[in-house]
Amino acid sequence: MAETKVLEKKESGLSFGKAERKLLTDPLDSNNPITVQVLGICSALAVTTLVSKAFVMAIAVVFVLAFSNLITSYLRNSIPKQVRMIVQLVIIAALVTVVELTLKAVNYPIFKELSVFIGLIITNCIIMGRLEAYAMSNRPWRSFLDGIGNGIGYGIILIIVAVIREFFGKGALAGVKIIGPSADYWLNTTTSSWLGWYSHNNLFVLFPSAMFVIGILIWIHRSWRPNLVDIS
Amino acid sequence: MHSTNQIIKFVLIMTALVAVVLAGMNTVLKPIHQKNEAVYNKRAILAAVNDFLPSPVTELNDDQVEEIFSKITQTVIKADGSLVDKDGVIASGYKEGTASSIDMGKERKKAETEKIYPAYLFTSDAGKKYYIVTVRGKGLWDEIWGNIAFEEDINTIAGVSFDHKAETPGLGAEIKDNKDFYNQFKGKKIYDNGELRSVFVRKGGAKDPVYEVDGISGATITADGVTEMMSRGLKYYEPYFQSIKG
Repeated sequence: MAETKVLEKKESGLSFGKAERKLLTDPLDSNNPITVQVLGICSALAVTTLVSKAFVMAIAVVFVLAFSNLITSYLRNSIPKQVRMIVQLVIIAALVTVVELTLKAVNYPIFKELSVFIGLIITNCIIMGRLEAYAMSNRPWRSFLDGIGNGIGYGIILIIVAVIREFFGKGALAGVKIIGPSADYWLNTTTSSWLGWYSHNNLFVLFPSAMFVIGILIWIHRSWRPNLVDIS
Repeated sequence: MHSTNQIIKFVLIMTALVAVVLAGMNTVLKPIHQKNEAVYNKRAILAAVNDFLPSPVTELNDDQVEEIFSKITQTVIKADGSLVDKDGVIASGYKEGTASSIDMGKERKKAETEKIYPAYLFTSDAGKKYYIVTVRGKGLWDEIWGNIAFEEDINTIAGVSFDHKAETPGLGAEIKDNKDFYNQFKGKKIYDNGELRSVFVRKGGAKDPVYEVDGISGATITADGVTEMMSRGLKYYEPYFQSIKG
């Protein structure tokens, strides 16, 4: 796999140097779509009650973002400027439908759980934002990497928020019951029941908690990287 | 700059391409979607008799669900208690003609005399009979529905499973997710001296040990929806219940 990729690079300009690495790593930290650009908040609030949901959503967004960036970048010189937004929307909507149809065939229960939110990837501001800001003026390979980077940057925050919310709200992580008031929970059966007093904080299951968690994450991120504070 | 002609050409070609690709994909995947949906519904029905299955329904794979379900007797009835045969079900718009293919969401919108209802008879490995019926109503945001299993006396509830379209996670959605809620229904009775009384979801805690269950704090409207759905839904089945009891 790795060898064939090296060959491709030489032939079609798929180089992977410092600039390309930056495209992948910047969105994870100093240019994170959620904590720095503050885009895509709506879905970050909605699908972060369970880690499994957040994970599927993250994969879906990485896929849609990477390929819509790639396609838009290939077409960027032929897309008529007057209708470029509509063209971008059609590309995004088509890819989202592909994701939806695939998920419905592969994992129906998760499809049911995410239901409307998969469709709402279309309105995720990160995707439109990256198409306008990057893919419309850069070459396909770099746009593709930018899409993957931003998708992962979004997904990481989504999963961090989901871990916090699922743990405090349900005492579980990715469906594995860890701590809670009944014997179903792992910590209660394997050690002793001294943790039986712990009862779940239902606030973390509700949407407002995601707002607090994301706010605190932004705070932590900016205290850690003070140079980000001036951006807004 | 592009001319108007070029723009129209570009948009037309692109839309046509996208439409063809998506339509093709949908056609190819449709059988898988339908199978997934059918299994999902069958799981929900079996979840009502979860305690009497060889293993919990969440641990069964799709083939096992199909196998258990194939042994279930499916009946379709009308509100007056009369039975509907396979052709009648097909005439109502369900190609497969089975009880499990009935879409209760569609039936809710039909006129009273045209509604058809599914009923199931499940026989456990221990040889006990359980009658399962399907009810559907309205929660806070959208529809809620459930399957209710009765013991042979068609009075004592053997188990229930609820589902919903868009109830709030952590509040209304608990009717599906929280087993402390739905397990309360086990052992409750629906008849009081021969009169249909159904089960009441009481805000602030059940007051009657036989006909009431505890509500969910913060989900009053969803809980009221469950109460309403059960009393109205079971009323439809009453003529059928009477015909079984003889």
